[in-house]
Amino acid sequence: MFGKPKRTSSAVTFDMTPMIDCTFQLVIFFMLTLNFANDEQNEMIRLPSSELAKPTEPPWEFPITLQVTSRNMVIVGSEQVPISGLRSVLQRERAALERYNRAPSHATVIIRADRYAKTGAVQEIIEIAQSLKFERFVLRAKEKEV
Amino acid sequence: MPRIRSKGEGERVTFDMTPMIDCCFQLIIFFMLSLKIFASEGDFSIKMPVSKSEGPVDPTQLPPIKLRMKADGSGRLVALTMGTKQLSSSDPFAELRREVRSIIKDDIGPGSSGSKQEVELDCDANLQYQYVMRAISAVSGYVDSNRQIVKLIEKIKFSPRRQG
Repeated sequence: MFGKPKRTSSAVTFDMTPMIDCTFQLVIFFMLTLNFANDEQNEMIRLPSSELAKPTEPPWEFPITLQVTSRNMVIVGSEQVPISGLRSVLQRERAALERYNRAPSHATVIIRADRYAKTGAVQEIIEIAQSLKFERFVLRAKEKEV
Repeated sequence: MPRIRSKGEGERVTFDMTPMIDCCFQLIIFFMLSLKIFASEGDFSIKMPVSKSEGPVDPTQLPPIKLRMKADGSGRLVALTMGTKQLSSSDPFAELRREVRSIIKDDIGPGSSGSKQEVELDCDANLQYQYVMRAISAVSGYVDSNRQIVKLIEKIKFSPRRQG
């Protein structure tokens, strides 16, 4: 009989090269844009902006980032403390520096304060840090487009 | 002549790419989830020595420009005074920058009057921090027409804290 269909043994394939190219491009893009250092940036803090605020190069040696919320609480790492509890946190940081044979004056205290935080709170934080012999302070601002 | 055919001729060598593609997608998902988009940030150094008596006093140091910033009950700026001069324009920070530029006369760089000059911020305790940053920004410099930052005064400090 001649009605029997012809069967082919070839498998159906499709070219995956463009998809793999695209995938690698995406992987590389996300790898390059990922910055673990930004973990210190807390979304709760709305920084004041300044047209003069440019990223610091090279980064500070021994930075201690203190984030001050609009309710005048201080966030250090993952810990949130009132200003009255900051001394013990800074004493811990100081002890960590001493383990590296570094004086507190080698550390840089970075203050990321919310734009609505009270100036008195920021000053009080500086005073507490000064009483523990920290000397270098920087105030952080968000870059403003001119 | 009879043609000698190798055993493997005509067979396509393929390898299974599924694990690699799985792995790539896992990586993409990881990086996508850990991506956070933040505006870039910059720092302003403030000079807060632990003790005033430490070290010799620099004879070339000019007396500090005192900035007094008064706040209302809600922390908004109500008055900005530079020395004895009240800055009362609609934009006191622009006026402050003009005043600083007139004092410094754009004399900047090492050994210049800009490097010898110091600013002391005397603020009410309940003043919103954003005004302090605007004042620091006004005295620290400006962006010129070529979008370059021109630095004015880099030595900035706070007065002793006011109770409030």
